[in-house]
Amino acid sequence: MARFKKEKSGELPALNTSSMPDIIFMLLFFFMVTTTMREVTLKVRTRVPQATEVQKLEKKALVSFIYIGPPAQTQLYGTESRIQLNDSFRTVNDIAEFIYLEREARDEADRQLLTTSLKVDKEVKMGIVTDVKQELRKVGAFKINYSTAKKSAKKVE
Amino acid sequence: MARKIPEINAGSMADIAFLLLIFFLVTTTMDVDSGIVRRLPPPPDPTVPPPDIKERNIFNVLVNKSDRLFADGKWGDISTLRADAKEFLLNPQNREDLPEKKMETIKYLGEYPVSKGVISLKNDRGTSYDMYIQVQNELAAAVNELRDDLSKQKFGVKFSELTNKDYIEAIQKAIPVSISEAEPEDIGGKK
Repeated sequence: MARFKKEKSGELPALNTSSMPDIIFMLLFFFMVTTTMREVTLKVRTRVPQATEVQKLEKKALVSFIYIGPPAQTQLYGTESRIQLNDSFRTVNDIAEFIYLEREARDEADRQLLTTSLKVDKEVKMGIVTDVKQELRKVGAFKINYSTAKKSAKKVE
Repeated sequence: MARKIPEINAGSMADIAFLLLIFFLVTTTMDVDSGIVRRLPPPPDPTVPPPDIKERNIFNVLVNKSDRLFADGKWGDISTLRADAKEFLLNPQNREDLPEKKMETIKYLGEYPVSKGVISLKNDRGTSYDMYIQVQNELAAAVNELRDDLSKQKFGVKFSELTNKDYIEAIQKAIPVSISEAEPEDIGGKK
């Protein structure tokens, strides 16, 4: 009996925190691995429309993006919708070269799987989008994806 | 003779790790890219004449520059487009003015009447992208709902929840995504 009593008495032992760095490192590595840094700075505003029937884009390495929208700096570039490829404003005529370079950057086996994702602002008129689509058809980039946000609630019918 | 190296104080390691952790927490964008997937048709071959499709097999959807919808010969609305497209593709009463069906033998489904209907989508250069996506979305929803119905009836689960690749292929064959986009034309003038 005396022995038990002895253990119960005394102060609360200090919490062992020596494994805290390990836990934090674990979290750190998780975030480091999942982080994808945006490599382009957006010069156009792209608030994509919402839709319910969306599919997730798989294999992000095989996706090339085309941004279309009104320039973010309207006082500098005006409000007319522009096409952005990589880091700069381009015209429809540059799309063929852009797709060609995107293909060159991939493995030969993956080139057929390359998807072009169109990130287009909702206020853009279809004219410029149609031009881009025609250009993509010409160079044989048939797989496209209209980037949309998932609408949370289903529309009431 | 080895000299004792003083132990390195590791007490601040947690702080450094925390700092890095918070940096990555802040910079991480967890957004998953998602969208409506479509396949563009190859450029038209001038030597091959366009296929002749019967009037009853085409469902024309036109969107003009002020985002008004004209579906199959009458002014339509985005809210009824889905139901209209479903009726067109399914043709449950085998009506004369809705598309024909062709009996096809599909693995796992047996004989199934595959609709010959094609939805033709045409938009103006002045149509807003938002409206275009809404129309595409409604048409995609019509196809998805039909696939879900068939899948539930045959395999007991929704199409989106099917895991067997053969089943998915069978449903895709039975209800193809037959949405075609007309060659662009400038109909409504600029802007």
